[in-house]
Amino acid sequence: MNKKSSLMSRLAGAPYIVWAALFIIVPLCMVAYYAFTDNTGAFTIENITGLTKYTDTFLLSIWLGLVATVVCLIIAYPLAYIMAQKGPEKQSTMTMLIMLPMWMNFLLRTYSWMTILEDTGLINTAITSLGFEPLQLINTRGAVVLGMVYNFLPYMILPIYTVMLKTDHSLIEAAQDLGGNKLDVFRNVTIPLSVPGIVSGFTMVFVPSVSTFYISQKLGGTGTILIGDIIETQFQTANNFNLGASLSFVLMILIFICLAVMNRFSDDDGGVIL
Amino acid sequence: MTKKTSIGGKLYTALVFIFLYAPIAVLIIFSFNSGKSTSVFEGFSLYWYKELFNDAATLSAFKNSMIVAVVSSIISTVMGTAAATGIYGYKNKLVKTGIMTVTNIPMMNPEIVTGVSMMLLFVFIGAIFGKTGTLGFPTLIIAHVTFELPYVILNVLPKLRQTDLHLAEAAQDLGCTPAQAFFKVVLPAIIPGIVSGLMMAFTLSVDDFIISYFVSGTTSQTLPIRIFSMTKRRVTPDMYALSTLIFLAILVLLIVSNIISARGDKKLSKKGGAKK
Amino acid sequence: MSNNIIELKNISVAFDGQQIIENMNLYIRDKEFITFLGPSGCGKTTTLRMIAGFLEPDSGDVIFDGKIINGVPPHKRQLNTIFQRYALFPHLNVYENIAFGLRLKKTPEKEIKEAVTEMLELINLKGFERRNISSLSGGQQQRVAIARALVVKPRVLLLDEPLGALDLKLRKDMQVELKNIQQRLGITFIYVTHDQEEALSMSDTIVVMDSGVIQQIGTPTDIYNEPKNAFVADFIGESNIIEGVMRADFWVEMAGHKFKCLDKGFGVDEKVDVVVRPEDVDVVPVEKSMISGVVTSITFKGVYYEIIVEIKGFKWMIQSTEFQEVGSTIGINVEPDAIHIMKKSQYSGLYGDYSSFSEEFDELSDATVYEEDDE
Repeated sequence: MNKKSSLMSRLAGAPYIVWAALFIIVPLCMVAYYAFTDNTGAFTIENITGLTKYTDTFLLSIWLGLVATVVCLIIAYPLAYIMAQKGPEKQSTMTMLIMLPMWMNFLLRTYSWMTILEDTGLINTAITSLGFEPLQLINTRGAVVLGMVYNFLPYMILPIYTVMLKTDHSLIEAAQDLGGNKLDVFRNVTIPLSVPGIVSGFTMVFVPSVSTFYISQKLGGTGTILIGDIIETQFQTANNFNLGASLSFVLMILIFICLAVMNRFSDDDGGVIL
Repeated sequence: MTKKTSIGGKLYTALVFIFLYAPIAVLIIFSFNSGKSTSVFEGFSLYWYKELFNDAATLSAFKNSMIVAVVSSIISTVMGTAAATGIYGYKNKLVKTGIMTVTNIPMMNPEIVTGVSMMLLFVFIGAIFGKTGTLGFPTLIIAHVTFELPYVILNVLPKLRQTDLHLAEAAQDLGCTPAQAFFKVVLPAIIPGIVSGLMMAFTLSVDDFIISYFVSGTTSQTLPIRIFSMTKRRVTPDMYALSTLIFLAILVLLIVSNIISARGDKKLSKKGGAKK
Repeated sequence: MSNNIIELKNISVAFDGQQIIENMNLYIRDKEFITFLGPSGCGKTTTLRMIAGFLEPDSGDVIFDGKIINGVPPHKRQLNTIFQRYALFPHLNVYENIAFGLRLKKTPEKEIKEAVTEMLELINLKGFERRNISSLSGGQQQRVAIARALVVKPRVLLLDEPLGALDLKLRKDMQVELKNIQQRLGITFIYVTHDQEEALSMSDTIVVMDSGVIQQIGTPTDIYNEPKNAFVADFIGESNIIEGVMRADFWVEMAGHKFKCLDKGFGVDEKVDVVVRPEDVDVVPVEKSMISGVVTSITFKGVYYEIIVEIKGFKWMIQSTEFQEVGSTIGINVEPDAIHIMKKSQYSGLYGDYSSFSEEFDELSDATVYEEDDE
């Protein structure tokens, strides 16, 4: 409608568009380029076809990522619900307390678990001092999932909490008014209305969990190699960029498929509610 | 609307918070340990803090982190604010959604892929010019600006939407050039979004490890990268000291910003008809 | 031509291939109060924004004071706008809002203070200098917006539905106040509204628009008494628009009866639209009447009853102070000076029948909700 401001807009947006093209789009094209070429630059699909030997790693990454995400959801949902019922002052304190560990460097957060779970760490020291046999805690898959849950739990709590907070309280009263008991209301109103929060929490936990490498290195030992570890190795030590790029390429596509499925799921659900 | 939480609920809340804070508490306690053990407390000492402050590499990494964070957050805030006003003004829906989709990529994509993709770009360009050491401060800053931009844009856009479209027109009507109208009228209206975008960009930058890990050269280690290389070795309590200091810094920052925003709210509600 | 301050010549505007204004020609005299009146989407706000410089016509010239100002940006035009929702700057107080335009002109602080004080007096808001915009009522914000625009001494003030957001009582007061301000300052007001009553009570000249075309330009009495076509007749006030045939000069036949009228110059047996205002219809005993019909509904309106009468399949609206029983037959007389004859137009047959009265009312109220924002 306003032709003048449109020109202004174009000028204001131009640097960003150039930037986004150069440093978002082009790098992704570079990933595709390296994924489909060999080290001489010639086209090949061998990198991709050769990935079959990493199938187990992919499956393990997705499996552990899923487990961590579901555990996060199970822990986060009741807490978000409890928080949403509190008064505003308590709410802001609790939100701050949940965010505080998030702001701390995640390497250090993971590292702290290492010192707790180590063979000579806090837990095992306590156990042995009581005269029991020490447990194998670190270098297990459980430890990796624990690390993921610990690191990404706030990303699950906060979106669910935010959505619950925004929920019109009169909806819940209306449901009670229509004869629903506490459980009915929770199942038929509270949960469906919080789906958008669950979906965004799911995404925010699942994506970094699947692609992590630090957590598995520190807590999983040599027994738990995830896809992130292999990608990291290709770029940092093995210097096989083509293999690394093809792994990244496939990982990215797998994750986008997962996200698309999740979004579809939430859209459908939203449609049912409305 | 506020309901009393049941005993079970309270217990549950307490357990989650213990889970969140126990590891941090362990780090803090053992940072004051006089011995090297991470499981037996041998006595109070500030030895590890002294060690930390004598570690030139850590200190320089800290300095690098600050430089990268300041430079990148300023660039991304300026460019992101301009971009948000641009995107907001675009009339073509298709272009708009296209740009927003691209903007979402760095937030949705796994960080490792973002890091790798930028590393490949820099290495590729370096190869064209026949150079090997292309990774360093410039690439680090470019990468940080790139992943900070979406957060700035997403902080500023809602503020623009809340702003009356006619404000800028009214300013022009009264004699402002379009640029003057933006700076005198639109900017003051969206400044809260810009500030929160800047703060977010800064903290994301300081905190980032994965992307920096792939695009920084050997000369431009940031603090997280330094932490990474230190934790590769055998665990030593000077890392605990570092964690404790970082934790305290964040705690103080959060409390201060909370107090400031609480004061701002009070002022706003008190102000009413008072002088601005 | 000298006293035309603004001229629009052969203006056309289209958005996304949709014609908003079609070949518009208009002259606006200096110091007059002119109103663009029409329903949502008729092009009135577009015309205003074009004059203000917020958009450019696709073709045609906008002339200000004898000079073509196409392409001159808004900040260089000697006219100011009052926006629909005022667009006051929320980060500035009342004083700074009003001083905004003067500050840009680098006016000395002393003069600014004088001018702002004078303006605050004009709008009856003395003592409000330091108040926050958000602490003002709608009516007060409206006045600040007026002061902010007037303080820079524009030659022309553009007002885009300025009273739309106010409640009825306040709106009436502001109408009087605006008219007073305009007369006191002696500047041109170009006013946009969809409220016909507002237009009739304030304007020197009314421009009735529909679908991007000017339907009629005239004084309020002209427009009301001598509407040019069925659209204008229907949009301004209530009217019965009946199909008729000119039997001869001064004689029109409608509803099966030949009426004497004051119009001439039509062809013999030419089909025409006949306008009769509800308040001009006299209810008389059937035996003394020209035509008669059955009362289908009656509504008490305070000063009068609104009676719908079906005559020969056409529903008339009549305003009368006497009550009539629904179902009873009543007689009707129409005096020659109450009859207005219009040439047939594209709007013939679309308006003026009260059989679908309530639906029409719904449409109108819908239209006011959306205002002109989509235009």
